[in-house]
Amino acid sequence: MIGRTVRGWTREDLAARAARELRDGFYVNLGIGIPTLVSNFISPDIDVTLQSENGMIGLGPYPLEDRVDPDIINAGKETVSELTRTSYVSSADSFGMIRGGHIDVSVLGAMEVAEDGNLANWMVPGRMVKGPGGAMDLVAGVRRIIVLMDHVAKDGTPKFRKTCSLPLTGRNVVDMLITNLAVFERADRQSPFVLKELAPGVSREDVRACTEAAYGEA
Amino acid sequence: MAEKIFDDARSALAGLLFDGMTIAAGGFGLCGIPETLIDALVEAGVGNLTIISNNAGVDNFGLGKLLRTHQVKKMISSYVGENREFERQYLAGELEIEFCPQGTLAERIRAGGAGIPGFYTRTGVGTLIAEGKELKEFEGESFVLERGLVADLAIVKARRGDRYGNLQFHKSARNFNPMVATCGRATVAEVEELVPDGWFDPDAVHTPGVFVQRLILATSNEKRIERRTVRQEEA
Repeated sequence: MIGRTVRGWTREDLAARAARELRDGFYVNLGIGIPTLVSNFISPDIDVTLQSENGMIGLGPYPLEDRVDPDIINAGKETVSELTRTSYVSSADSFGMIRGGHIDVSVLGAMEVAEDGNLANWMVPGRMVKGPGGAMDLVAGVRRIIVLMDHVAKDGTPKFRKTCSLPLTGRNVVDMLITNLAVFERADRQSPFVLKELAPGVSREDVRACTEAAYGEA
Repeated sequence: MAEKIFDDARSALAGLLFDGMTIAAGGFGLCGIPETLIDALVEAGVGNLTIISNNAGVDNFGLGKLLRTHQVKKMISSYVGENREFERQYLAGELEIEFCPQGTLAERIRAGGAGIPGFYTRTGVGTLIAEGKELKEFEGESFVLERGLVADLAIVKARRGDRYGNLQFHKSARNFNPMVATCGRATVAEVEELVPDGWFDPDAVHTPGVFVQRLILATSNEKRIERRTVRQEEA
């Protein structure tokens, strides 16, 4: 399968590409893993506030060694630092701002995305299930959902599919999909995904060959 | 006035424990967990517990201690990924789990404490979480009915508390603690510092004492860090 030989973008490239979707004044929630790297690529020309669902708004960078505080962590349970804008709320208030549509963008990882915007990222039947955490709440409440994932699984199986084979995190919730090969976006949640960008050295045919989902060509 | 401050965790829990009870515990991961009261539950040996908590601790720390002693029958949680003993008991059929999306769990606890038996949310619609639950349409969109949660006992951790049971939490250790404090038929708090009468600025009390029946000075404040991440000093 072509997707296994064409490498395309790195993890850092994916994070940097997602960072370009952020706008001045946005409140943003970053998922665990590659999405966390997005914070390293936010343009100094814009002001973005990061929200963490455990109740911290205005996340700062990792702390200096002598400033580590076990009571200051992000949703990935990593120690972080405060900024002058930082505030704390309870988990109920934190998810109130998520569910209530007050967070502009969430960047999440995925196991599968379907052409109708369905997302699966929490459970593989037959394997130990760790639980959905806050992912279902985020996709149900945040205004715009950007997914970062590899284009194909380790065995070459397409991850951008006609329908998800795994249990869903949410139905019709993905607005933008950034893979190591390409960027797909939809105008709204009634519209199909359109191929918007290709990673360097990747052709439209490469993408077509390892994608199961139907999508439009820009 | 009724004395809310107890000498230690054992005396604070006396008369509140019974086999098969439901206990709600504050905390997110290992942050803001009532370490002292969890130790006292292990010591008390109360069993067949249903535990409402966002996470299940790690092996040998936090709620993991109660799992190791097989005192837990069921967990109601959003994420239990950090605990091998949990996984072993679950796969062996010794432990039941009710998964609940994190925001829905926070709201179920809040609702239970506020006398609200259920609420509708978009979260989980069209997924396994909504199976068997009532759906209702509002303005053409589907919402799922989730039930409020009430516990026989709620245990929380706060940075400071006074003799009236007023509590103040610390930074992101607040997390589930304020809602959990409201959902117990009895609520016991452990505080890192007992402050004198009148010490609190009334505007800075996060949980008023109406929700807290008993409190103790915490004797376990290890605050284990799950992922210690640091940056280097900029050159």
